[in-house]
Amino acid sequence: MADLSITFAKKIKSPNPFWLASAPPTNSGFQVMRAFEAGWGGAVWKTIGEPIVNTTSRYSSIDYNGVRMMGFNNIELISDRPIEDNLREIYEVKKRFPHHAVIASLMVESKREVWHDIVKRTEDSGTDGLELNFGCPHGMSERGMGSAVGQVPEYCEMITAWVKEVAQTPVLIKLTPNVTNIAAIGRAAKRGGADGLSAINTINSITSIDLQDLTPRPKVRGKSAHGGYCGPAVKPIALNMVSQLTCDPEIQIPVSGIGGISTWQDAAEFMLLGCTSIQVCTAVMHYGFRLVEDMIDGLSNWMDEKGFKTIEDFRGLSLARMTDWGNLDMNYKIVASIDPDKCIGCDLCHIACWDTAHQCIHIEGEGREAPTRNEREAAMNFLQPPVHHPLTVHEPILHSRGITNQNIGISGNGGARRAAPPITPLHASTQDAPPALRSNRVPYVDEEECVGCNLCWLVCPVEGCITMKEVDTGLPEESWNKRLKRLSQTAE
Amino acid sequence: MASKPNFVQISEAQFRTNFSDLHPPLGDNAAVVEASRCLFCFDAPCTIACPTHIDVPKFIKKIATRNVHGSARTILEANILGASCAKVCPVDVLCEGACVMNHHNEKPIQIGLLQRYAMDWADQRDYQPFAAGNPNGKKVACIGGGPASLACAAELAQMGYDVTIYERKPLAGGLNTYGIAEYKLTPKDAVRETERVRHLGVKFECGVEVTDHIGEATGKAKAPATQRSISFRELEDQYNAVFIGIGLGETLDLKIPGEDLGGVVDALSFIEEYKTRRTKCRVGKRVAVIGAGNTAVDAATAAARLGAAEVRMVYRRSEKEMPAFAYEYELAKRDGINFNWLTQPVRIHGKKHVEKLECVRMELGKPDKTGRRRPEPVPRSKFFIECDMVIKSLGQTKFEGFLQGILHLNRAKDGRVMVDEMTYQTSNPKYFAGGDCINGGQEVVDAVADGKKAAHGIHGWIQGLG
Ligand SMILES: Cc1cc2nc3c(=O)[nH]c(=O)nc-3n(C[C@H](O)[C@H](O)[C@H](O)COP(=O)(O)OP(=O)(O)OC[C@H]3O[C@@H](n4cnc5c(N)ncnc54)[C@H](O)[C@@H]3O)c2cc1C
Ligand SMILES: Cc1cc2nc3c(=O)[nH]c(=O)nc-3n(C[C@H](O)[C@H](O)[C@H](O)COP(=O)(O)O)c2cc1C
Ligand code: SF4
Ligand code: SF4
Ligand code: SF4
Repeated sequence: MADLSITFAKKIKSPNPFWLASAPPTNSGFQVMRAFEAGWGGAVWKTIGEPIVNTTSRYSSIDYNGVRMMGFNNIELISDRPIEDNLREIYEVKKRFPHHAVIASLMVESKREVWHDIVKRTEDSGTDGLELNFGCPHGMSERGMGSAVGQVPEYCEMITAWVKEVAQTPVLIKLTPNVTNIAAIGRAAKRGGADGLSAINTINSITSIDLQDLTPRPKVRGKSAHGGYCGPAVKPIALNMVSQLTCDPEIQIPVSGIGGISTWQDAAEFMLLGCTSIQVCTAVMHYGFRLVEDMIDGLSNWMDEKGFKTIEDFRGLSLARMTDWGNLDMNYKIVASIDPDKCIGCDLCHIACWDTAHQCIHIEGEGREAPTRNEREAAMNFLQPPVHHPLTVHEPILHSRGITNQNIGISGNGGARRAAPPITPLHASTQDAPPALRSNRVPYVDEEECVGCNLCWLVCPVEGCITMKEVDTGLPEESWNKRLKRLSQTAE
Repeated sequence: MASKPNFVQISEAQFRTNFSDLHPPLGDNAAVVEASRCLFCFDAPCTIACPTHIDVPKFIKKIATRNVHGSARTILEANILGASCAKVCPVDVLCEGACVMNHHNEKPIQIGLLQRYAMDWADQRDYQPFAAGNPNGKKVACIGGGPASLACAAELAQMGYDVTIYERKPLAGGLNTYGIAEYKLTPKDAVRETERVRHLGVKFECGVEVTDHIGEATGKAKAPATQRSISFRELEDQYNAVFIGIGLGETLDLKIPGEDLGGVVDALSFIEEYKTRRTKCRVGKRVAVIGAGNTAVDAATAAARLGAAEVRMVYRRSEKEMPAFAYEYELAKRDGINFNWLTQPVRIHGKKHVEKLECVRMELGKPDKTGRRRPEPVPRSKFFIECDMVIKSLGQTKFEGFLQGILHLNRAKDGRVMVDEMTYQTSNPKYFAGGDCINGGQEVVDAVADGKKAAHGIHGWIQGLG
């Protein structure tokens, strides 16, 4: 079995890369110990500082197609428990779990001596490292803390430096995504002496509004405030921000990846973009600590399959495959290809391509041929509408009465109706036409017109039914940057 | 009645349990989750398969966005009887049978249950999405108050016609009210649905029988003296067009000796009786149902649910030729019905009351003209089935004699009224027809589709007359 253990910033050791993020799941020693028993490798304690008062009603979320909490929002502040209680419990956890990583998250007033004091007190509790919360986007920022610090590189650098003056353990800076250039903040932290970065914190958000009483959520006596967004919905944003940090030649310190991680696949992706550890909050708030079992199991099975013995064997491997758009090969061509045996005839690819892409997926006998170039141009000039382009809704004219098991593919004696014969037509003797067979609902791709955008493949509900096939253009690899270079050379 | 110890009765509480919803409704969240599974197919096959062409993905997507109001409207626009159809449609061979999910190795979308979800919403608030059209001064009569006439009337009323429905029974709804198995649709719900048609200004003349000019009515039973009637001649005089939606006639006779003994009933009367008289309906302890169609299954399951100890279906062909839908057969098996395949009843024995059924065994010979193998009697195979009640379910007659009262009305050899495929006009231009009387007995949703199309046929014809 693969070795999942890691060492973060040379000093923080953890049996696996899965840490709980600083949030309600790490609010107390009781919870953190339960989490370690369930298999979590580390925990970043709920942010410690002068105890605050929270509002009740603090969370709201976005559901998607019946699945709860696709995106999650909170207006909670830092720990509401006294500093000494938190520190005593950190001490107890470390005593019971000496080989797990416990990192204390801190946020105090932006004063040098206040920071010095809290750092010393915290390190006395035996914590393995410190994480400075420069990311919280609500409540604390209005008091000059959290993202108010994380959004200004100079503050970020200054406070990091104050902490480093006294800290004995590694110092991680937790970054806010609510900035235009996260790498600039990461560089400031590095200049201040940070040993590592954690990214991302939550994204400013308003999740939804109650359309009955018109109040945004979460509601606090008829009012709401913007909160911080997290959960599965933010993963793509987090991955991009993490890669901006790990790609930056000036930064090059360990990163703990956070944002929408719920599975071992998500975790692997963050690590492939260079993260040493990952942190999870929303997913455990949804399902509990037991979630880590499959994260460990799935990751180690995948590593065994791929032949990776340690995390370091694959960490950052996808970074080499990230580049600027200007370096992508413009002579690479793929086209969509539909497997008629797998197609179920939903025709979603057809309408997606027809209405919103390049009009190159057709249905047999539908009379929908792609408008020719001339027709398109004519339509653009308002001279005449494209001839083959039906603007009316397709009126289904076929009738149910021919339905049998065979042509609609169901089991049982589907053909039997209360009485078999169809209505007797007075004049004509034709029976009602049978319903559309699946075979004549299978669309086909006009490969000449297909631009290989992937849309139909993304839309198709059947795995492996549409594949994007490479076609040989016979042209050499050429990126936009290369082409500019070539053109400027020929111009000279 | 007390002299028939072999009859049983159940309590109201048992009745309610035994005839409760076959498919309980979806809850709010379950409906959204199920609706979200729908792929929203383009030119969706489910819509094509629905005889009334309800825009299925459209109404389902609206459930997913919790726009149940819009969903209900979408359904009712295409099918004014969307509420009963949601409960009684044989969806396996209609919309759900056509769902692309069947090719995806997934369960088809539960279209019927989702439709019911939206229709329950509508019924809870007595939702009336449509209104009568501007009166155009034209009058149409509909004969029969079943699904075909209701759909025809609703469509015409919205176009401004003054429509009157003549129904000989005390309540409107046709077989929806008097014939559909209680665990699918209750008379209360069926009648409530007719209110949606009444709301459009359609007039209901219930308890009024339409007769031919000689005075022959559709039923064998003589109308009570108080029953009002109106003749074809009068309808022709008073209305611009007439729609025939009379359904089918009585259950076919067995044509064997002993048919008039006590305890021998026909399936339709039996079903109507238990649906209207509920626990007052008594059922034999041992019941033999003759026939194996959907109606026979309905009669058999009803007998079992009414407390009969032993119910068997007697059919002269084999299981393979059984005309009932597969899932109806499954339902019968679940209700503990026994089956006597390849069994032909030849005589009913008893003094005043049925005591036993004399049968012979059959074997399958050469295929007949319907392609099914013809059952032939096995020599010397006589045997008896002891029973207290015999329910005849060999299908329904067509209203032959009665319709002869309409001049120049062409009918097919088997008695069905012939219509033009597109307009549903009969050979007598003033008459249009739809539902069971033209198709020989199909589903409620087919009758609705016919009625709707006939309404447009009527409108086209009347407009053409100027
Ligand atoms: C036992 C049974 C169970 C069924 N179960 C289902 C099911 O689960 N799902 C499903 O989709 N379908 C089912 N059906 C079929 C469905 O009920 C019919 O297809 C549908 O009701 C046909 O509608 P209709 O309007 O053509 O006729 P009907 O519903 O039969 O309505 C005709 C109406 O016309 C009236 N009438 C007849 N003659 C006259 C006259 N001379 N004057 C005035 N009124 C007259 C009748 O009283 C009746 O009310 C079932 C049918 C039966 C018999
Ligand atoms: C394929 C694609 C291309 C886009 N191109 C542009 C663009 O050229 N200019 C622009 O201002 N926004 C562009 N956008 C952003 C959209 O206008 C929009 O702001 C964004 O997708 C968020 O909206 P939505 O997620 O609610 O659809 C693009 C979005 C997509 C998905
Ligand atoms: S989206 Fe996929 S399954 Fe649907 S029609 Fe296109 S190829 Fe077939
Ligand atoms: S009316 Fe019946 S067939 Fe049509 S969509 Fe509804 S349940 Fe399906
Ligand atoms: S076929 Fe199935 S998945 Fe497609 S629109 Fe209809 S119900 Fe939805």
